[in-house]
Amino acid sequence: MLDKNGIAKRIAQEVQDGYYVNLGIGIPTLVANFVREDISVEFQSENGVLGMGPFPYEGEEDADIINAGKQTITTLPGASFFDSAMSFSMIRGRHVDLTILGAMEVAENGDIANWKIPGKMVKGMGGAMDLVASAENIIVAMMHTNRAGQSKLLKKCTLPLTGVACVKKIVTNLAVLEVTPDGFLLLERAPGVDIETIQKATEGKLIVNDNIPEMMI
Amino acid sequence: MIKKTVSNVSDALSGVSNGMTFMLGGFGLCGIPENAIAELVNLGIKDITCISNNAGVDDFGLGLLLQNHQIKKMISSYVGENDEFERQMLSGELEVELTPQGTLAEKCRAAQAGFPAFYTPAGYGTEVAEGKEVREFNGKMYVLEPAFKADFAFVKAWKGDEAGNLIFKGTARNFNPCMCGAATITVAEVEELLPAGSLDPNEVHIPGIFVQRIFQGGNYEKRIEQRTVRSRNV
Repeated sequence: MLDKNGIAKRIAQEVQDGYYVNLGIGIPTLVANFVREDISVEFQSENGVLGMGPFPYEGEEDADIINAGKQTITTLPGASFFDSAMSFSMIRGRHVDLTILGAMEVAENGDIANWKIPGKMVKGMGGAMDLVASAENIIVAMMHTNRAGQSKLLKKCTLPLTGVACVKKIVTNLAVLEVTPDGFLLLERAPGVDIETIQKATEGKLIVNDNIPEMMI
Repeated sequence: MIKKTVSNVSDALSGVSNGMTFMLGGFGLCGIPENAIAELVNLGIKDITCISNNAGVDDFGLGLLLQNHQIKKMISSYVGENDEFERQMLSGELEVELTPQGTLAEKCRAAQAGFPAFYTPAGYGTEVAEGKEVREFNGKMYVLEPAFKADFAFVKAWKGDEAGNLIFKGTARNFNPCMCGAATITVAEVEELLPAGSLDPNEVHIPGIFVQRIFQGGNYEKRIEQRTVRSRNV
């Protein structure tokens, strides 16, 4: 079974040379720490920066340079700043190659819910609806089950949707899965996790072919 | 040169009144028009509608107007980090219209650019699209979103000149340029107000034509919401 860093590490393997990548808040933010150093990748943050770097050294924080999580950041050589409309031109116009975000629920048809729990939590969707509606390549990073132990990979989402039929791939603490027209196709198992465990934690339709390999991380 | 300078924040906000709709720049607390917000608190005008990506925190930014019960309606994309906001929203005192962030930016830009509405894929199939016209283009579904209409836009820039030309700094740019010229009157506050001719025209982000009033701001707090740093020893 993977922890949050393990999930981020596995997703980092999906990041290819020359990719512009948007990372959501939470586990996705960790992905930047594990991307291979021999490839060229630029991270976009929707509040208006491309070429995001690591956190600043203590004492060098600049209130005017933050990411979408409102954390102080730095920029790398080649970085640029832009306004919010242009930022979403990059996203809506499909110039961003890969979007990695968290989710509360994903359905077997690729629907995603991650912005609202009616009566409990209403913080807003931020840029998530724009991202999922336009990105061609969306990977969801999440735990396979919620805190109550219930599956987050469902036949149908129960929470208000963020986007419809948009998720392509899911990396959880238990498995790597692809969303196909027939359901969740199991691609890889987390180290030490058997198929039965994954099956039990998946409420939606799970497609299991022969010889499911263990993740290489 | 058409001069846009006004001498202080009070002159800059002349004409604001109860029930108006305002656009306010900023992302979180980054790049917010601190001086204009403080003056709105002073004036005590009520029943205002605020178009702003976020709603500030409890004791800063738009949170100050919320504490004072001056806001009737918020139009935002993300409103976490504010307990008073949540309380007013759940009790029904505050009307809230949550809008996807890219749609929010484009509704400002459309108003600036003279488009009455536009189609976007964001929110299709979700409750955001309920009651809205949808249409298929090239096999994909889109939602029709109208441009915003606002009485005043309050923006914050780094440098500006007497002609109203603006330059922004870092990610404090965010929604500010999109809101310039998107309301009847755009008020820009700047950290450094310079004589015309001081800014290189090649480097101007927003031309003065989109700005009606500009003033020298002061006492910027520039509060950091999440101070994240790394150690020098690693």
